[in-house]
Amino acid sequence: MQRVTELNELMRKKAQMLLENGIVNRIIGWKKGEFIYDRTPAVFQDSDELSKLIYDGFCGANLSKYLIQESKKEGKILALLKPCDTYSFNQLIKEHQINRENVYVLGIGCPDMIDINKIRSKGFKGILKIEEKEDELIIDTLYGQKRIKKEKALLEKCLSCKGKQHVAYDELFLIDNMISDNGSINRSMPDCEEASGLKKVGIASRDSRPKKDPYEMVEKIEAMTPDERFAFWRSELSKCIRCNACRNVCPACVCVKCIFDNDRSGIASKANTDAFEENMFHIIRALHVAGRCTDCGECSRVCPQQIPLHLLNRKIIKDINEFYGQYQAGADTQTPGPLTSFKHDDVEPYIIMRKGGHK
Amino acid sequence: MLKIYKNKWPELFFKISCSRELYMPIEKDGQIWFGKWNEDAKVRFDELNTVKSPKDFFFPQSENIVAFKAKGKNISILEKRDESQPFVVFGIRACDAESLKILDRIFLAEPIDTFYKTRRENATIITLACSEPEETCFCSTFEIDPVNPGGDIATWIIDDVLYWQSLTKKGHTLTEDVKGLFEKADQQDEEKIYSHKKGVKVILSKLPLQDLSLEGFKNGNMLAIFNSPKWRELSQACIGCGTCTFICPTCHCYDIRDYDTGHEIQRFRCWDSCMYSDFTRMSHGNPRHSQIERFRQRFMHKLVYYPANNEGVFACVGCGRCILKCPVSMNIVKVARTWEANKALEVKNDE
Ligand code: SF4
Ligand code: SF4
Ligand code: SF4
Repeated sequence: MQRVTELNELMRKKAQMLLENGIVNRIIGWKKGEFIYDRTPAVFQDSDELSKLIYDGFCGANLSKYLIQESKKEGKILALLKPCDTYSFNQLIKEHQINRENVYVLGIGCPDMIDINKIRSKGFKGILKIEEKEDELIIDTLYGQKRIKKEKALLEKCLSCKGKQHVAYDELFLIDNMISDNGSINRSMPDCEEASGLKKVGIASRDSRPKKDPYEMVEKIEAMTPDERFAFWRSELSKCIRCNACRNVCPACVCVKCIFDNDRSGIASKANTDAFEENMFHIIRALHVAGRCTDCGECSRVCPQQIPLHLLNRKIIKDINEFYGQYQAGADTQTPGPLTSFKHDDVEPYIIMRKGGHK
Repeated sequence: MLKIYKNKWPELFFKISCSRELYMPIEKDGQIWFGKWNEDAKVRFDELNTVKSPKDFFFPQSENIVAFKAKGKNISILEKRDESQPFVVFGIRACDAESLKILDRIFLAEPIDTFYKTRRENATIITLACSEPEETCFCSTFEIDPVNPGGDIATWIIDDVLYWQSLTKKGHTLTEDVKGLFEKADQQDEEKIYSHKKGVKVILSKLPLQDLSLEGFKNGNMLAIFNSPKWRELSQACIGCGTCTFICPTCHCYDIRDYDTGHEIQRFRCWDSCMYSDFTRMSHGNPRHSQIERFRQRFMHKLVYYPANNEGVFACVGCGRCILKCPVSMNIVKVARTWEANKALEVKNDE
């Protein structure tokens, strides 16, 4: 905790320097809330607001999508991006959604993000304070102290982390760089004199935690019979309350007007009815972001009903990898997307399916 | 007061379900919601908030109202009201029980919403007192007492015993049906309940939102708050989803639309959200052009307009659902804090 506090101070200083040097005119980061876990994305304009800026294990929200609007405004904005957020950032650059010139990306190391819902689902009520101690979280509640292994409390997206490397940045500001081997904090902070040039300070965050295969559950679902699979998805999707949080938070959902909001489309489906058609919302959405979804995990993070929406996207990503070769959306801003480009040796999924579904 | 031991609860649920439909907090795919009880149902009395509140029972997320059929030059009107049977909702918390009174002021005022009214009349509400409030609870801001939750029948669970107290005529009728399963609570039980309530009150006094005050909204500050520049900052992160609206027990806005089924025109009503871009859209568009105005609407409605029209009653019961579920952790508490009592004067100077 001590460490987090000091690191936040360093980060605020860094942000303040960039602000005062006129390199940026505002900062997008996260703001403290009422509790230990409720971090809200926020834009800071003045140095004296920066005391409310915070970065810790509860900053799971991906800020890249906000940059679509923010980068259209006057002046440069400093964006604090976690490694996985930079994939969404790149993808949005590729789709000409973000005005790159107006963003100064400060790549920040990621301490792994905590899922407060997972902690709650253990039956821990009245959460007041959460501290990290080695590989455990010590949780002070109204009903006494509880403990949980940190790996059991991570966001789903973090379990299959794409790695701690930023794929886009103007400058890197990494936590581990500032913590020396004996755990003390190296106070000489990364300088920002030539901050406008592309540079990288120090090494990437430690990345030793074993990863969960992102396709493990997808494979389980693939192995089901069609009836079982249908029942699985019907059961999950019937929980949907059509709040549209998954769509609105998704950095790949960038349509100015969604077809489901357009009552002339004939499928506006404002009424949540749990008819099979209703589930089409999710299938259509998954297909519309196919090849563009970076697997940032925001849809599943925000779903109030905890529907594992990422499984739909991962199934499509897995298929794309199998049919068109390994591809990671947002890894860079150049490579043509597998579904938006054509090569002569491209496979025809239709033929593959007809022949039994294997390559 | 009556009591029943845990091993006999299934029998009680069964007995109730014989004469009326019984809905309880039930676990489904890891989520807890008010579902229809059956013998396999996993009843979860330990959870405070179901994802969706029980308002669904009275004001469903979608419902058919009426249909029209054209034949030659005649249009016939078909009544499409869902038949409503007597039903029981068991396990409603004090905050959610209070939310029904807030909805009543809307739907039971002239012109009375008969869809809502029929369901209200058909329902028997069995509340459940809270034993372990969450850090997100702030019902006491609205003078709601979670250890005396009201309803037609109030219940308390202490260890393995459920205590049952009938409070209304409807409650007495249901109690008559199931009385045989209960024992009478004695003096010792009364004492146990008394000290249990006292224990919960101690926890309530320690809740982090205990100090939340809405005084700042009471002083006729409507225009000052409406025009405040603070809304820009508060709404900045809002992604305009419908989560807060749909999980809230007191949000009650709806849309009415017609749908061509191919055979007839079906008119339905469904929940709407002021956070949506097509909310109250008219021929010229949505009168609230940006998310700042939409966001402001939701909170002005709950904290200013509704109380102005309803003797100062706020349209929030402090259940904390929006705190738990907003994708960007923005919520009514953060809004309320901006104009807390001690800041009320600043409100006036804001503009
Ligand atoms: S976030 Fe969840 S509940 Fe909301 S629309 Fe998406 S799947 Fe449905
Ligand atoms: S306040 Fe939160 S839950 Fe409500 S619309 Fe905005 S983002 Fe969605
Ligand atoms: S505004 Fe939030 S706390 Fe208040 S009743 Fe609605 S969901 Fe509950």
